[in-house]
Amino acid sequence: MSVPAEKKEKVSVPFDYNKYLRPNKLPHIWCPGCGHGIVLKAMLRAIDKTGFDKNDICVISGIGCSSRTPGYVDFNTLHTLHGRALSFATGVKFANPKLKVIVVTGDGDALAIGGNHFIHTCRRNIDLTVLVFTNATYGMTGGQYSPTTPMGSQATTSRYGSIEPPFDACEMAKASGASFVARGTAYHTLELEKTIHEAIMHKGTSVVDIIDACPTYYGRANKFKSATHMMEVIEKENTVNVKQADKLPPEKLEGKFLRGVLHKIEKPEYCEQYESIVMEKAKAK
Amino acid sequence: MADRKKKFLQGNEACVEGALYAGCMFFAGYPITPSTEVAEGLSVRLPKIGGKFIQMEDEIAGIAAALGGSLAGLKSMTATSGPGFSLKQECLGYACLAEIPLVIVNVMRGGPSTGYPTGPSQSDIMQAKWGTHGDHPAISVTPSYVQEILSETVRAFNLAERFRTPVVVLYDEILGHMREPITIPAPGDLEVIDRMRPECKSEDYLPYDEKYEVAPLAPFGAGYRFHVTGLNHKQDGFPTNDSKQIGANNLRIMSKIENHKEEIWKNDELLLDDAEVAVFTIGSTARSARFAVLEARKAGIKAGLLRPLTIWPFPEKAVRELAKRVKAIIVPELNLGQMILEVERVSGAACEVVGINRVDGEPITPMQILDVIKKYK
Repeated sequence: MSVPAEKKEKVSVPFDYNKYLRPNKLPHIWCPGCGHGIVLKAMLRAIDKTGFDKNDICVISGIGCSSRTPGYVDFNTLHTLHGRALSFATGVKFANPKLKVIVVTGDGDALAIGGNHFIHTCRRNIDLTVLVFTNATYGMTGGQYSPTTPMGSQATTSRYGSIEPPFDACEMAKASGASFVARGTAYHTLELEKTIHEAIMHKGTSVVDIIDACPTYYGRANKFKSATHMMEVIEKENTVNVKQADKLPPEKLEGKFLRGVLHKIEKPEYCEQYESIVMEKAKAK
Repeated sequence: MADRKKKFLQGNEACVEGALYAGCMFFAGYPITPSTEVAEGLSVRLPKIGGKFIQMEDEIAGIAAALGGSLAGLKSMTATSGPGFSLKQECLGYACLAEIPLVIVNVMRGGPSTGYPTGPSQSDIMQAKWGTHGDHPAISVTPSYVQEILSETVRAFNLAERFRTPVVVLYDEILGHMREPITIPAPGDLEVIDRMRPECKSEDYLPYDEKYEVAPLAPFGAGYRFHVTGLNHKQDGFPTNDSKQIGANNLRIMSKIENHKEEIWKNDELLLDDAEVAVFTIGSTARSARFAVLEARKAGIKAGLLRPLTIWPFPEKAVRELAKRVKAIIVPELNLGQMILEVERVSGAACEVVGINRVDGEPITPMQILDVIKKYK
């Protein structure tokens, strides 16, 4: 049987990850079964596809498991404070708009302690790519519930089940003004790579909410059999590609997260606005 | 002859002139009384010269973005007042450990909490030294005149760039809003220092190279792909758990300031040579003190004034020497006794140390100081 053309393209080709890694900084700190490594892989392949020079890329993070990413990758890298990655990134990008700035952040980092910065970064539509590693867990501190933890879930600070409704990072990003909003999962690796690539190439604030699983804390506390079991339930069965969603009856979509590009519009970008409006008017005055 | 414009400016406007003279090209901040004129001024001036101004969503984002701007290679500044300065403390510590040059202007208002936004205080003197957690170096400059706000802002940038560290410009609301005629210096009148940039090959670059006391700092995007973190790190910038390296680095960031106190200290002395009683104070309070000292001299009292323009690192040498030759040091300050603790620590039992304090939002008057001086006739 011949392989359809589309499938052929998806077949993994040999890829030199070391071109973008700092091999002497490995092994990474992530637990066996954690999805962060898969997301990192998708991110590096997406960056490779952009063809950007490594010297022009800046990867910035806050605090948490996912925020350790910058240390492992061979770009201009900045590991900042809890919640503040987007503010530092705004400064770097605004000071030197030639840099391609990618922010790696967790759901706690981006949506709880950094929630205000998240909203206002989206509002400005400054050209940053924001990758939110959403695992519904504060992993670095030992498994507390986060702003995306589903209601009823167990965590070390919700022993009786979480009573807080979770945030939807995509809805929040869209409502706040981001011009590109997408979702991916660690399970759908090739799709994720494509989405991240599209996000980086987009001019303006691009947010990708990436659902991945924390088997060590969330998985054990909520009686998942294994890391792969978690991926199947949380990432595969609980999500639907936005392109297929139209064809499905509403009851099949209930409680499920949509994957793919959910929102993409053309909108003035902050640094360009500053240059074309503020600087021009200031010079003329 | 160089063109030196005369202007009639308020302190906050002079701060803008100083920042621009020093080569500031990036400002990020958040509106707060009584410092807002600094942001307003730079929002007009920076885009004219290709500089960047951004009003961020909160105080924390203001300093964080300014640190990002500095890492991207631009001389950067933020400005705030008491409550905002409290919010900026975590990022200030980050700047100390990650060794990022930055100028933070704190126009002091009454506290605690929201306190008295439109009234002066000098109650952030200790916050400027101890506000952020962990042991860390601190440099703060303390001007007393509008002209000095300009020149001390330039000096703050120089110190920040020279030592790769945050520097706080500390002045009170009175000075921020007081108008005085000043001269805008011509290029070359004041020294302007830029951070050292690396000249080595990118593969040899270490952002915290131990062979330097203060290592050269590359801007992001210049071909040196290095790592910056707020974790204790090695000379290559990557985190470490090695206690030897953690200890050595923490000591180095302190000693790079400690070893150069002589060049960071700056004191203004008035009639101290034969003084029997001295006043030690900063900011607008030093203006009252100057008046009081001159009045005391008219009355035949041998009074003098020691006015530090660098409060951190504390001017230990000058105070220690002074304490040995006067009967008393009077320390007026718009708080309940912050600087006096340092004066007492340094002077030991060599002389009497007396405080004059005020926290009602009003300045300490010359007469208040003169009354205390007269006790040492």
